[in-house]
Amino acid sequence: MSLRIVVCVKYVPDATGDRHFADDLTLDREDVDGLLSELDEYAVEQALQIADAADDAEVTVLTVGPEDAKDALRKALSMGADRAVHVEDDDLHGSDVIGTSLVLAKAVEETGYDLVISGMASTDGTMGVVPALLAERLGVPQVTLLSQVSVEGGVVRGRRDGDSASEELEASLPAVVSVTDQSGEARYPSFKGIMAAKKKPVKSLDLDDLGIDADEVGLAGSWTAVDSAAERPARTAGTIVKDEGEGGKQLAGFLAGQKFI
Amino acid sequence: MAEVLVFVDHVDGAVRKPTLELLTLARRVGEPVALAVGAGASDTAGVLAEHGAVKVLVSEASEYGDFLVVPKVDALQAAYGAVSPVAVLVPSSAEGKEIAARLAVRIGSGLITDAVDLEAGEQGPVATQSAFAASFTTKSRVSRGTPVITVKPNSAPVEPASAAGAVEELAVEFSAGASGTKVLSRTPRESTGRPELTEAAIVVSGGRGVNGAENFAVIEALADSLGAAVGASRAAVDAGWYPHTNQVGQTGKSVSPQLYIASGISGAIQHRAGMQTSKTIVAVNKDSEAPIFDLVDYGVVGDLFDVVPQLTEEINTRKG
Ligand SMILES: Cc1cc2nc3c(=O)[nH]c(=O)nc-3n(C[C@H](O)[C@H](O)[C@H](O)COP(=O)(O)OP(=O)(O)OC[C@H]3O[C@@H](n4cnc5c(N)ncnc54)[C@H](O)[C@@H]3O)c2cc1C
Ligand SMILES: Cc1cc2nc3c(=O)[nH]c(=O)nc-3n(C[C@H](O)[C@H](O)[C@H](O)COP(=O)(O)OP(=O)(O)OC[C@H]3O[C@@H](n4cnc5c(N)ncnc54)[C@H](O)[C@@H]3O)c2cc1C
Repeated sequence: MSLRIVVCVKYVPDATGDRHFADDLTLDREDVDGLLSELDEYAVEQALQIADAADDAEVTVLTVGPEDAKDALRKALSMGADRAVHVEDDDLHGSDVIGTSLVLAKAVEETGYDLVISGMASTDGTMGVVPALLAERLGVPQVTLLSQVSVEGGVVRGRRDGDSASEELEASLPAVVSVTDQSGEARYPSFKGIMAAKKKPVKSLDLDDLGIDADEVGLAGSWTAVDSAAERPARTAGTIVKDEGEGGKQLAGFLAGQKFI
Repeated sequence: MAEVLVFVDHVDGAVRKPTLELLTLARRVGEPVALAVGAGASDTAGVLAEHGAVKVLVSEASEYGDFLVVPKVDALQAAYGAVSPVAVLVPSSAEGKEIAARLAVRIGSGLITDAVDLEAGEQGPVATQSAFAASFTTKSRVSRGTPVITVKPNSAPVEPASAAGAVEELAVEFSAGASGTKVLSRTPRESTGRPELTEAAIVVSGGRGVNGAENFAVIEALADSLGAAVGASRAAVDAGWYPHTNQVGQTGKSVSPQLYIASGISGAIQHRAGMQTSKTIVAVNKDSEAPIFDLVDYGVVGDLFDVVPQLTEEINTRKG
């Protein structure tokens, strides 16, 4: 029996670019290059490793995002995923996390799955809650924030390194997993992988296909509202000294002046 | 007065500081009712009462320790049903965010995560968030349902305010999915005796420039002279020089102390994401072009192995 893995990947603005808000206080996608969220590369990597260890498995990568988000899917396909699903609809613009998780959950169900794998957080919204929301909506166990993961005999096991403890977890499939950047380096696409990706199927779905009303998502359907966004004032230029033997003492003087000592 | 439900983060009854900060924020919006679950939950009541909790709901079932997250969501939902609050506040830990998110869908409410401030507004609580590696500040609110908001550590002062803190046993009926993810084992993190990274008033961090696990002793000595927590860049963590739990940045902890001292750290955007809201920033780096110097209040261009030990010695001398 084939193991069906769906990996959720997000197309995000490059964090090293100059990220901004648009006039409607949503993400400005015009001025900054987009890419596959680097933290989702770890999810793709773990999916591929789990698939390799299984007798028979298929890895589908799924994104909810604008036309350009196909780039993120291509990257994941060139890493080795088998096929892709792209949910694309003008009415999705401005969706909040509740809306986004609804669309992802419907798309995962439509695709068919035994295991859903996500990144630990996107590099733009950085909420880190989509995997838990997916588990809630799908009604399956969440096995999230794993630094180590394996699947065997219909059971997923993993390690979650939390603030106060490290936990070994276990759940039966179907389940939703998210992996951290400690789970293992993601592979680079090979030339062969890049060529092969061009021939892999990318299926497009819109809100109608998923049976979602336009007013459940997008800016209008959002359950949160951003009232203002202001650029943080640049920090005032600090004092910079060159160490000529007294740098540590000078710094101590500064700290004392600020009452830290 | 309207009630605000506050989810308590505690370890065996010891309440963690971010929860006390939540009680300060909760009082701006209404009367705090606290929910504490798991082993030691009832031991939290005293300190919660001293910080303004009018009521403390407790549930000590073993499910909270045996299974991941969902039992706590069930408890929060039960408390929500019992109280009908005007807002639900949860500490922004990894687990806190997951609990809050699941509650939000269940009760049909919007969700705001990682708020750094909260105030009462005409249309309900207004949350301040830092966006894009803290280069923007936004004000948001929940426009549907009861606002569910997670708040980052160090977002408000801890203010004593005595209240009744009447303890009530909360009846929780666990959902079918509550036992879905078993916790097979739990290894508590060993305490270093230093302050918690996210709660510390001063954080001293080392990066790739520290160049070796044993050299972190230099960073630790400075931290100890200031009573500070120790942080590390991802480069230092990936090299195995310091534990991942001490990583500061986008995929590590985000810190917002009074003073942040970065040594041998270049200041990449992902590192800045986790520290740029610190009040005072100091850096030691031998490269005068390092981007971290754009952020500093005071910077020393020099070799950290000269500057940091001299600084430590000077601090220890001044302290006498
Ligand atoms: C600066 C900023 C602040 C925001 N604050 C809020 C807020 O407080 N409340 C709110 O409701 N919304 C907020 N949003 C919107 C929210 O980020 C988006 O709705 C988003 O789609 C879901 O959250 P996330 O990207 O933070 O997901 P996370 O929960 O951080 O993502 C975790 C994982 O889920 C998967 N995933 C997430 N999105 C997608 C996708 N579109 N397609 C495929 N996989 C995906 C990926 O595997 C990802 O690694 C904010 C957005 C920005 C840019
Ligand atoms: C998705 C993603 C998430 C990430 N998350 C994080 C995160 O959470 N936290 C994080 O830190 N990084 C994170 N990174 C990595 C980040 O991009 C940088 O690679 C990392 O912060 C670099 O660490 P560093 O400054 O210690 O090392 P480097 O950039 O190599 O800088 C070392 C610095 O030390 C200085 N130096 C060397 N020797 C000395 C000396 N003897 N005395 C004084 N100075 C010296 C050098 O001049 C240099 O500036 C992430 C990256 C990605 C892609």
